[in-house]
Amino acid sequence: MLNNYNSLAQPLWQNGPAPGAFYNFTGGQTPVQQLPRELTTVGPYGTQHSTAAITTGSSVLGIRYDAGVMLAADTLVSYGSLARYQNIERVFKINKNILLGGSGDFADIQSIKRNIDQKMIEDQCYDDNIEMKPKSLASWMTRVLYNRRSRMNPLYIDVVVGGVDNEGTPYLANVDLRGRSHEDYVVATGFARHLAIPLVREKKPKDRDFTAVEASELIRTCMEVLYYRDTRNISQFTVGVCSAKGCDVEGPFQVNENWTFAETIKGY
Amino acid sequence: MLPDFDLTDTPVSTGTTIMAVEFDGGVVIGADSRTSSGAYVANRVTDKLTRITDKVYCCRSGSAADTQAIADIVAYSLNYHENQTNKEALVFEAASEFRNYCYSYRESLLAGIIVAGWDEQRGGQVYSIPLGGMLTRESCTIGGSGSSFIYGFVREHYRPNMQLEECVSFVKKAVQHAIYHDGSSGGVVRIGIITKDGIERRIFYNTESGASAVSSTPSFISSE
Repeated sequence: MLNNYNSLAQPLWQNGPAPGAFYNFTGGQTPVQQLPRELTTVGPYGTQHSTAAITTGSSVLGIRYDAGVMLAADTLVSYGSLARYQNIERVFKINKNILLGGSGDFADIQSIKRNIDQKMIEDQCYDDNIEMKPKSLASWMTRVLYNRRSRMNPLYIDVVVGGVDNEGTPYLANVDLRGRSHEDYVVATGFARHLAIPLVREKKPKDRDFTAVEASELIRTCMEVLYYRDTRNISQFTVGVCSAKGCDVEGPFQVNENWTFAETIKGY
Repeated sequence: MLPDFDLTDTPVSTGTTIMAVEFDGGVVIGADSRTSSGAYVANRVTDKLTRITDKVYCCRSGSAADTQAIADIVAYSLNYHENQTNKEALVFEAASEFRNYCYSYRESLLAGIIVAGWDEQRGGQVYSIPLGGMLTRESCTIGGSGSSFIYGFVREHYRPNMQLEECVSFVKKAVQHAIYHDGSSGGVVRIGIITKDGIERRIFYNTESGASAVSSTPSFISSE
């Protein structure tokens, strides 16, 4: 797949992408030695591939309501099909304005969270009582994830960023491993994207936002549906709530499950 | 060719059974003693319970070379740290360093590690670092290929805050069950008990009587 630049042959053009070759966006050919060690260490697939996600978190759901946002995720981290770690927090309070819900490879989530926590400490060092806004964090994450994907070494994560800004205006967005981001009143990752989003959109009043009660009812219903229909889910989940009044991760809660009708099913 | 979550791609098993459990006063760690190279048993008396510091040990599963290399580095680094600070290293410090290596080089390594030990700050602790390099603390954790067979057993019989002897008995039985079912696990059951007084090592044999040496059945040929 790599083009061999025969030193006698002229390249098609100078300082640009070569067909079939890995293009380094810094312009010109950066010698391999300057790349960080994780991109030059030889692995089973060489330096141009990343392994698939290993320990993974399933869906995260975010709903924006009139006064803030709610983020919900179950407390499972899977190892392939094995439900390996059943008591893991996947919704994080970043600061008093921001909640982050992480799905995908959990080691990568832990890694980016360490970076984010360092940013929050930097914020505190300015000692000006100003904390980062959710939109700023979402913007930063988009750039980081896009940059990693462009170097063919993605962070295998799909995150929901939510919170309120200084005026109390709610913000909710989804950023994925490709560096794609979009903002909406309902966002989700994984199975919730297919199952929960249509459910929430159907219940959305046309002329106003959800109330807190409506939003929390929707969360409860969606977590129930996800527990029934996603094989990589368990019945325990946590919910982060962020509004001008405060920001906290609550739980763990149990899903409301109903199997009574199962005995009415006979045969096939 | 966009990357995607390949949830049907179950990760590769790592030959071995390892286990660590917190109990009232410290931790109990256990492992089998088989190093396999495909179908051949390269070492039948391996010690997978590796010393990092006097009161912090790690249980190694996966590639023997990878885990030995990382354990050597972490042991050296913490020894230096203890010299500089004149304090015993924390279990979390060892676990964190293991995790940093396992995460940074995740594409090149096959290492599933359990870090367990005792320190003054938080008492007995067990940390699990699976493939991929995430870090999480658990009060009871199992690892390696043999662990698949004992998830049910552990779930049924584990209770938090056991006494020392029942904890040792629990770990020994669990590893024995795993050895029974898993071809990549075998040999003896090595146990380590880590408390504020350091480590006490025990060994259990898988023979029927529990003895370390068993003579074979007498000759089939009747002497005449």
